[in-house]
Amino acid sequence: MTEEVAASFDYQIEKDDFKIAGSASSHIKKILKQLGLPNPLIRRASIIAYELEINLVIHTLGGSMRLEVHPDRVVILTEDIGPGIEDVDQAMTEGYSTANDTAREMGFGAGMGLPNIRRCSDEFSIRSTLGEGTWIRSEIHVG
Amino acid sequence: MKVSEMLAGAELNQVAGESGNGNGIKGAYIGDLLSLVMSRALEGNLWITIQAHENIVAVASLVEVSAIVVCEGIHVEPGTVAKANELDIPIFESKASAFELAKTMIGLGIQ
Repeated sequence: MTEEVAASFDYQIEKDDFKIAGSASSHIKKILKQLGLPNPLIRRASIIAYELEINLVIHTLGGSMRLEVHPDRVVILTEDIGPGIEDVDQAMTEGYSTANDTAREMGFGAGMGLPNIRRCSDEFSIRSTLGEGTWIRSEIHVG
Repeated sequence: MKVSEMLAGAELNQVAGESGNGNGIKGAYIGDLLSLVMSRALEGNLWITIQAHENIVAVASLVEVSAIVVCEGIHVEPGTVAKANELDIPIFESKASAFELAKTMIGLGIQ
């Protein structure tokens, strides 16, 4: 597997910043379109990026998101500064959510985020340490 | 069917995104949970929802829905209007329920 990175882009995502939430995902989608990647891949990447971005806004103290476009794969990574997930298996369960009432009223917090990300990924990994933060890597194969 | 043609047959109040009225409508999706909309709504769908905050524009743009109808008489927030105008996403307000709107849209030929 080549380690050549065709392009990479970094985004900082702020805690509770619902107003601009989605703008990093929109930028990612725009880049993938400009690179001429197939529409089904762009749709999966858009869902992954949006769910990751919203998770950073709702559930973390803030963090970063990175898009890497390789010749054979698209990788989206996030890393946050806490608070970490107590039970990752539970967090991966469809319908389970720790989102607050405000987020739920806005239509977030359905407990679909992480399951959606995993479903749209060809490879998915998550590491979390309570009190430290969470690291997520999602990869989609090209072609 | 274009958004402008749909508008002619339904009682809707356009609040944003008139430059997107040439978008073609293919089917509709009704939903308020954004994760579900992200994963289930299809490109070209008319999206009927009660959500009116700014983030619906990001979802609409990512999914590439043709237009958003905010139902049940809920008013769209100014920030949502500004963002939708920027991204050319038509947004309409309606006093009708999602069910009533679905009936209207089916009557207009949106399947």
